[in-house]
Amino acid sequence: MDGRGPEGGEGIPPTDIRDPSYFHKVVDCQWACPAHTPVPEYIRLIAAGRYSDAYMVNWKSNVFPGILGRTCDRPCEPACRRGRVEAEPVAICRLKRVAADYKDDIRHLLPEIPAAKNGKRVALVGAGPAALTVARDLMPLGYHCVLFDRDSRAGGMIRSQIPRFRLPEEVIDEEVGYITGMGVELRLGKSVDSLAGLLAEGFDAVFVGTGAPRGKELDLPGRREAAANIHIGIDWLSSVSFGHVDRIGKRVIVLGGGNTAMDCCRSARRLGGEDVKVIVRSGFEEMKASPWEKEDAMHEGIPILNFLVPKEFTHEGGRLTGVTFEKVAAKYDEKGRRSLVPTGEPDQHVPCDDVLVAVGQENAFPWIEAETGVEFDRWGLPRLDPATFQATNPKVFFGGDSAFGPKNIIWAVAHGHEAAISIDRFCRGEDVSQRPPPDFGLSSQKMGIHEWSYDNDISVDLRFRVPWAESEKTLRNIAVEVELGFDPKTAFAEAQRCLNCDVQTVFTTQLCIECDACADICPVDCITFTANGTEADLRGRLNAPAPNPTQALYVSEFLKTGRVMVKDEDVCLHCGLCAERCPTGAWDMQKFLLEMSHAGHACRSH
Amino acid sequence: MTYLAKPRFHHPKLPTNALGYTRRDYEGAVSTLCAGCGHDSISAAIIQACFELDLPPHRIAKLSGIGCSSKTPTYFLGASHGFNSVHGRMPSVLTGANLANRELVYLGVSGDGDSASIGLGQFAHSIRRGVNMLYIVENNGVYGLTKGQFSATADRGSTSKRGVANHDQPIDLVTMAIMLGASFVARSFSGDKAQLVPLIKAAIRHQGAAFIDCISPCVAFNNHPGSTKSFDFVRAHNEAVNRLDVMVEREPIVADYAPGEVVDVMQHDGTVLRLRKLDAQYHPTDKRAAVAYLQERDAAGEVVTGLLYVDPEATDLHANLDTVATPLNALDDAALVPGQAALDKVNASLR
Repeated sequence: MDGRGPEGGEGIPPTDIRDPSYFHKVVDCQWACPAHTPVPEYIRLIAAGRYSDAYMVNWKSNVFPGILGRTCDRPCEPACRRGRVEAEPVAICRLKRVAADYKDDIRHLLPEIPAAKNGKRVALVGAGPAALTVARDLMPLGYHCVLFDRDSRAGGMIRSQIPRFRLPEEVIDEEVGYITGMGVELRLGKSVDSLAGLLAEGFDAVFVGTGAPRGKELDLPGRREAAANIHIGIDWLSSVSFGHVDRIGKRVIVLGGGNTAMDCCRSARRLGGEDVKVIVRSGFEEMKASPWEKEDAMHEGIPILNFLVPKEFTHEGGRLTGVTFEKVAAKYDEKGRRSLVPTGEPDQHVPCDDVLVAVGQENAFPWIEAETGVEFDRWGLPRLDPATFQATNPKVFFGGDSAFGPKNIIWAVAHGHEAAISIDRFCRGEDVSQRPPPDFGLSSQKMGIHEWSYDNDISVDLRFRVPWAESEKTLRNIAVEVELGFDPKTAFAEAQRCLNCDVQTVFTTQLCIECDACADICPVDCITFTANGTEADLRGRLNAPAPNPTQALYVSEFLKTGRVMVKDEDVCLHCGLCAERCPTGAWDMQKFLLEMSHAGHACRSH
Repeated sequence: MTYLAKPRFHHPKLPTNALGYTRRDYEGAVSTLCAGCGHDSISAAIIQACFELDLPPHRIAKLSGIGCSSKTPTYFLGASHGFNSVHGRMPSVLTGANLANRELVYLGVSGDGDSASIGLGQFAHSIRRGVNMLYIVENNGVYGLTKGQFSATADRGSTSKRGVANHDQPIDLVTMAIMLGASFVARSFSGDKAQLVPLIKAAIRHQGAAFIDCISPCVAFNNHPGSTKSFDFVRAHNEAVNRLDVMVEREPIVADYAPGEVVDVMQHDGTVLRLRKLDAQYHPTDKRAAVAYLQERDAAGEVVTGLLYVDPEATDLHANLDTVATPLNALDDAALVPGQAALDKVNASLR
């Protein structure tokens, strides 16, 4: 055997594990998280009962652990390896809440704010998650930050759009307070109506994090006549949040299938809506709302009707009487593109007292004048450098929903971190396009022949459900939180489901004697010793099929027999049995800890 | 060795066999042998072979003596019958079990100490009687449990881990087995499952005394430069005479080899052993030539592996003794205890 593949080529070159992105990708949750939170690291801390430490790992990465632990869109969970090994991923999001719920007072762990300022002033427009993150990163560096918002309290959409039964006010106050408490100058309760004016105030940089504040209209016949009972979803949620609205009609239709629609219908259910329906144009499966938010709504007795396109608001004597819908079906052309085609059935009229329109959000920058040099594209979004978030006026930076359109809180946080790096470098006269690499370390977890510093005994428990408060109670009062969070015992059991994907299988070719012990013990058959070949060829002839191209093959250098070690990362349990069985230490379990660089000394050129 | 049981999770695409079992269903308890032990690879090969042959685990009996190798039956086929016997006495217990119930598949698992020293006589007689079994010796050339003294199969001139040379002649179990009348004899290497798994499958399907000498490096005491049972030495001196494909009835036979390269040997139960020749001169059905060849290559310092001898017309102990076909546990009392009249008749015939 000469080690070459059947095609005679050299095959895949050895995997370069010094490239931090290789092992980062293996930590699927961290890779999927926009802020790259070291998830397994904090889950282990939760299992160890070190809730404050777990909280701080989160706080450093995602700034709002208590808020995100209740409301995050959790891109980490669909990515979680556990979901490929058994039925469901680890309840990562709800474990984050556990850290927030059971932590001690962490105020002494927050960064110190220097008394002597560095003389640079930064304006933050919009007090939402993006701008708060910028403040969080810049305040410890001595910047003077000024936070502007039209609402009288900081928090942005976290406070105005997310209903209290999902996110209690105290949690917002606490986590927003950690940042405003750093000495941020607050100018709240008044809209900023001119960027030119702001720049004229002499700020060294301006960060725009004004979100996507305008709910899309649904301009159908009857809209104007029945206006009194047709409400724009996010505006209505905001009015509910601030206590301006506390009632709605008995029969409510929510139009739209996103997470805002889910918040609208569940809020309506609590403010007098007895017969609340969500009605969507598309199919149920294609709705934008997260599956768990749909489940939560349906659990509260809210039906979701699909394939109904609204045609007209019906009204009588200036009062809304209902909505007429056209029935449609999904048709797919040969390219797989979907279109909604009328079925020809008679239109359906659904009577109602109020309609909530939650069909999308738009950006709006009426306060940014052309003379500022900030340019917009044809979709009305600012023209930005995609890596630095710097606008066409170099002093101006964008982040969150106002940068690239509506996303979610965790993306806003990720943007905030990046923008803070840009602002720091810009204010110091450094090249903004130079981005700091992440900081990472790889360290052996071996404590003894069979001892590792992590628990490698794989739990076979299925995902635990978060307990809910009784619906008789939660549906009567909009301020009563529905989810109760895990108790510490359940939290431990759920944390034990984590496969510790950050504890990496590291292979040293020179030490291997090709005894097959690792391949024999591997419970999921992910290790193969074979002749090298092209990736497609190798994937087809490993000990177990490796059909998931999004998961890397870890390939060694040529071994003594001319073969290579190939490990399919896809369903590796990180149980460490390969390393326990290895007689020569060719396999080792090493913790890969990657932390994103945030604004500060580490990011500067000198 | 590890303290943890192997996690229950398996690869989501793990195949099942005709019985609906996965390979994992043929595993046993987690091994307590040293990390990297060749014996664990042999256990994995036995698991793979039994899975591929669709054997019902409860129709297999695994028997062993004493030693590292004889511990291994705990680590495979957890749902099969097992008997861990006295040192060197596995062949007697296996012979007895086989006589009582010929319907089980018998795996005798032994080592070079258990079979070439204390149990040499037992080894010889079970082979020459033609007991229908797979007798596998996990041969590492040292006494691992007592910290690395030479065993009876250690080659003359090879050294211990501390550098002391062995001055005794080695016992070659393969040549002995052929001479003693084994009807299936092979040698293999724990580090080459592609060769070992088909040999185990063929030996299990063989109706007669099948013997496999499997070189199995002792990572703790005999995997050093002076050893002739190390991974490096065996890989450097391995001369495989053939590659084997085992075809049981239901699999289609596809021949795409040039004439002369392939020999098909059909065993009694219909299993076809397809041998792709690596050494054109070697004929595994010719006993005298096989022995001569082994002597010659051994003198040249090579380790000959592959299917070395097979007698497709083999018969076993039951055929020789003309025993009853029904297992004793399935016979009724009248058949098992025929009474005074029957005894009188037997006695009369001997007068």
